[in-house]
Amino acid sequence: MNKNKAPLLFLITGITALLIAITFGVIATIQYIKFDFIKSVLPFNRIRPMHVTGALSWILLTAIGGIYYYLNKEGYIKKHIAAPLHFIIFFLTGLAIYTCYSLGILGGKEYLEFPPVLIIPILIGWAIFATTLISAFRKGFTKKPVYYWMWTTGAIFMIYHLSEAYLWLTPYFKEKFLANTVLQWKAGGSFVGSWNMLVYGTATYLMAKISPESGVGTDKKSFFFYFLGLTNLMFGWAHHVYIVPIAPWIRYFAYLISMTEWILLFNIIYTWKKSLAFNKTIENKTVIRFLSLTDKWVLINLFVALLISIPFINYYTHGTHVTVAHSMGTTIGINTTILLASVSYIIQNEISAFNFKPVLKGVSLLNISLILFLITLLIAGASRSAWMYSLNSEVFASMQYKLQGVYIALLIFGSMLATSILIITIPLLNSLIKAFRRK
Amino acid sequence: MSKKFTILLLLILFFGVYNYWIYTQSQPTTKPALSKAAFEGQQLWIKNNCNACHQFYGLGGYLGPDLTNVYSNKGEDFIKAMLNSGINTMPKFEFNEIEKNNIVAYLKEIDNTGFYPDKKATFQKNGWVIINYKNE
Repeated sequence: MNKNKAPLLFLITGITALLIAITFGVIATIQYIKFDFIKSVLPFNRIRPMHVTGALSWILLTAIGGIYYYLNKEGYIKKHIAAPLHFIIFFLTGLAIYTCYSLGILGGKEYLEFPPVLIIPILIGWAIFATTLISAFRKGFTKKPVYYWMWTTGAIFMIYHLSEAYLWLTPYFKEKFLANTVLQWKAGGSFVGSWNMLVYGTATYLMAKISPESGVGTDKKSFFFYFLGLTNLMFGWAHHVYIVPIAPWIRYFAYLISMTEWILLFNIIYTWKKSLAFNKTIENKTVIRFLSLTDKWVLINLFVALLISIPFINYYTHGTHVTVAHSMGTTIGINTTILLASVSYIIQNEISAFNFKPVLKGVSLLNISLILFLITLLIAGASRSAWMYSLNSEVFASMQYKLQGVYIALLIFGSMLATSILIITIPLLNSLIKAFRRK
Repeated sequence: MSKKFTILLLLILFFGVYNYWIYTQSQPTTKPALSKAAFEGQQLWIKNNCNACHQFYGLGGYLGPDLTNVYSNKGEDFIKAMLNSGINTMPKFEFNEIEKNNIVAYLKEIDNTGFYPDKKATFQKNGWVIINYKNE
């Protein structure tokens, strides 16, 4: 098998997962408006995991595929068995997960709702990936650019936090509701931190390759922000449980750590953009367009993230769609734009004459629809918060009926967002399939 | 040993200690473990992915209401009536009486852990929120 076939398969499956995610995202929104829409076939308790698993798979598979590709490009992988084996394990596990969801065979915690036994092949896949990274960087690890540190620690912490998420199966946690809640949100928060290491590492790699003179990835500042990001990964999860009556020191510590993670990426991109040479800008127009987009969305999300990490504001936004706005803003605005830059960079390498114009047509629509979508989510969140803390005793269903107009707007802007993603990803998917067939 | 590697090791060391504290001290010692019935109720909650629509302490999906204090706010009969109703977006469940009792037991014991939304929380000038702890 050609050494880049498996990385391309990861990318193809990653984009397919994104298309699955947006399909189930739109269906889920319809159920907010028409309550019994396909409820007998696919109720919301199955649709939501299908949507979330699709989105997570898009981020993880595309990040992993890109990293395998870059490791091959840099000549770090000698035996090319790991990536194909890893892909087969993840692909078959993904099929098993969606089969379980379709049949209503559930049994896991939030975001990992599949039967717990399926975490075993997932952990094996991550172990293969982490082993590949460790063996590639073992020699002279301390002198390697920061993105190798980010990828390796991201993969190792992914194994740790995925395992940690399953400690609820032990009697100690299973029987303690509050300890179990803390455990789930600790593991989940750090799980996101771990994939951010993989994705931000990819962004740093691209910036370093496009503009090597910038010093991105090797200077002291890059490492300072890497350690800051790692500190957030380890200790910066507890803003999720500010409101849960757990031991107070956990909540104080969370406030102290706060959310500095967004500053990390913004600073690196800001420094890098200043050093871009003109000829490089022409060569890597699409990659730079996506990374510049990341830059803007980091700013917006930085603002929202910092606000909702203040306990007083968190008190009112927690448990509402404001949290969804934050998570979708980061997964689409930041993670997705970085991964699209990575896919574009790889396609540029594989098909030198590839025409990116059709792809770029979708970018403006993506921006506009994402802004409108997030504003609508913020309105929905503010309305729910007002209902939660109001003194009248209006029932939940009545509040939901009143918000129908907001949910219709969510469906419209969500559909626009889905369309923009289709415009961007279909040409990329076709070119990846073409590149795969050529190998 | 390089400086970078030393920082990494120190962080990991502190992370280990921190994890030990979190695992052993996160739940106030005054809160009892779930009863057998509540434990069975929790299994049904997980098996049916109720978290997709409902929340405890605002954590979960937002299609349905938060159920942290549903037991004290609405009572046992209301919960039992809702379970198999299939009303609005609720899937049409077919829980038997024992299962209904187990789910009620689970919701009752969660209700005992605290308040959400905690409308009587107080605020400090530095942005900190003092929440109320139940039965303490």
